[in-house]
Amino acid sequence: MNNLVIFPLIIPLFTGVLLIFFSKQVLIQRYITIISLLALFISTLFLIHQVSNEGTQTLNLGGWAPPYGITIVADMFALLLVFTTIIVTLCCLWYAFRTIGKEREKHYFYPIVLFMITGVMGSFLTGDLFNLFVFFEVMLLSSYVLITLGGTNLQLREALKYVLINIVSSMLFLVALAYLYAITGTLNFAHLSMRVAETGQDGLITTVSIFFLIVFALKAALLMYFWLPGSYGAPPMAISAIFAALLTKVGIYAIFRLFTLIFYHEPGVTHYLIAVMGILTMILGGIGAVAYWDIRRILGYNVIIAVGFIVAGLAVFTETAIAGSIYYLIHDMIVKALLFLLAGVMIGLAGTDKLREMSGMIRNHASLGWMFFLAAFALAGVPPLSGFIGKLLVLQGALEEGFYVVAAVGLLTSLMILYSVMKIFMNGFWGENQLSVEDEQMSTRGLMFPCAILAALSVALGLGPEWANVYVMQAEEGLSNPQLYIEAVMGNAD
Amino acid sequence: MEILMSVLVGILFTAGTYLVLAKSLLRIVLGTAILGHGALLLLLTMAGLKTGAPPLLGMEGITNYVDPLPQALILTAIVINFGTMGFFLVLAYRSYKELGTDDMEELRGTNNE
Repeated sequence: MNNLVIFPLIIPLFTGVLLIFFSKQVLIQRYITIISLLALFISTLFLIHQVSNEGTQTLNLGGWAPPYGITIVADMFALLLVFTTIIVTLCCLWYAFRTIGKEREKHYFYPIVLFMITGVMGSFLTGDLFNLFVFFEVMLLSSYVLITLGGTNLQLREALKYVLINIVSSMLFLVALAYLYAITGTLNFAHLSMRVAETGQDGLITTVSIFFLIVFALKAALLMYFWLPGSYGAPPMAISAIFAALLTKVGIYAIFRLFTLIFYHEPGVTHYLIAVMGILTMILGGIGAVAYWDIRRILGYNVIIAVGFIVAGLAVFTETAIAGSIYYLIHDMIVKALLFLLAGVMIGLAGTDKLREMSGMIRNHASLGWMFFLAAFALAGVPPLSGFIGKLLVLQGALEEGFYVVAAVGLLTSLMILYSVMKIFMNGFWGENQLSVEDEQMSTRGLMFPCAILAALSVALGLGPEWANVYVMQAEEGLSNPQLYIEAVMGNAD
Repeated sequence: MEILMSVLVGILFTAGTYLVLAKSLLRIVLGTAILGHGALLLLLTMAGLKTGAPPLLGMEGITNYVDPLPQALILTAIVINFGTMGFFLVLAYRSYKELGTDDMEELRGTNNE
């Protein structure tokens, strides 16, 4: 029992409610948002310190012992994602101060972002399947509002598809939940894991697990990614960056949680299927990223490739590969946010996202150009930067286990990623300068700093993985040993 | 009884899927509503339809109650569906006003305008 565990949930929720009362005072909203995110940052640091010393922390809401009440569980895997979420949100909001515009800010932009963060945090920290559904809905409803906020034609058109696909997948989530409840009679993750282990994972449970895989694949854009490039191309860049960094990652987190904690008895069926889906996602995403000449499309398809790669690490299902996936997950949240923010500056300067209509930006915007170069190399996994270690570990695990196709496709798509982002760099930054300073549609004043923080983090994660290694190893241990999770939750039944 | 309910849920899902695949936006919204009904009925059915008293403790001499948990889950899911549906309807209305069409075929494409 530890009350600190619920802080990542309560702080954004209450701040969001508070901000509704100040909807017209933009400055007050900004200050309160930043202060609350800093408070969140500090409390999460404490929590990580505690979890690394004392093991997984849990909180039984209302004092009801699991499995009867709802348990909030903070293990290292969830906390690493919570921590990254806070940093990414801080940077994206800082960027939003300059770019999002007064009109959106007055129409509840900050409260809705905070509610979305509440949903994301809740999804990471909950220990209960139906609670996960509810937090998914909190996150999704806020994202519906964020994607339509402003109401341009493109946003409305893409929001229709985004909302529809998410409503259908939520219905499927309910159906899968109903089946699992009928078979096991419980909804608590730890208790579910015990029940499934007791009775053995028979054909029925495996079918339900594949049902869950489809549900979360829809949310995480794993193979069923058709909605993603359009939806992420519609809203303003600060919002797209938050989406790209957080939303699909929550789906990935749910897949990891379910298939390491509950449905881990039949890897020959489920994890093989995940491997096939991951491989196809990487290939198809890679083709999309190479094919397009719009910055937003290319980056959207890069989100999809990363999903395939992270999930491939889970499919291999060895300690090395899972540790690699965790590294890559954290790296990807940071670098995707960075790339989207930088691309937002490029699009803002040029007034278009067509690559063929821009060139030579490096002459007036050297820091933007070199930061984009750095982010591109980090994304592709070039050694001193953050994408390398994750990719290396996943590939090492894949080769050890004989998943040669996964390894080959992973390496091949790295080339496709590099080609697609260098295409942006070479077309946008090199060549004749078409854009004089007077023609630029906006100024970069104040926009480089949040990007620089994210870039520095990416470099730090690449140069000093030993520093992060303790935490990642603990997260990996928690995922490989479901017993640790069960003991943490059920052991505190007092 | 469970068999009958399962068939009903199957019919609801068929109808919902058919409507979601339609061209008109309003039919799609109605389709999601029907899908929602199907999912909630399934949740009720899968928890078992054994006869028993309603889950109220005040009544005397009753030991056999129906399972209260799925009812709480359904209540939660109904409210969430209700909120989502309200948003979706308003979004459809606004899109119809701004874009001038309710035909999903005309809302295709990748160009920005």
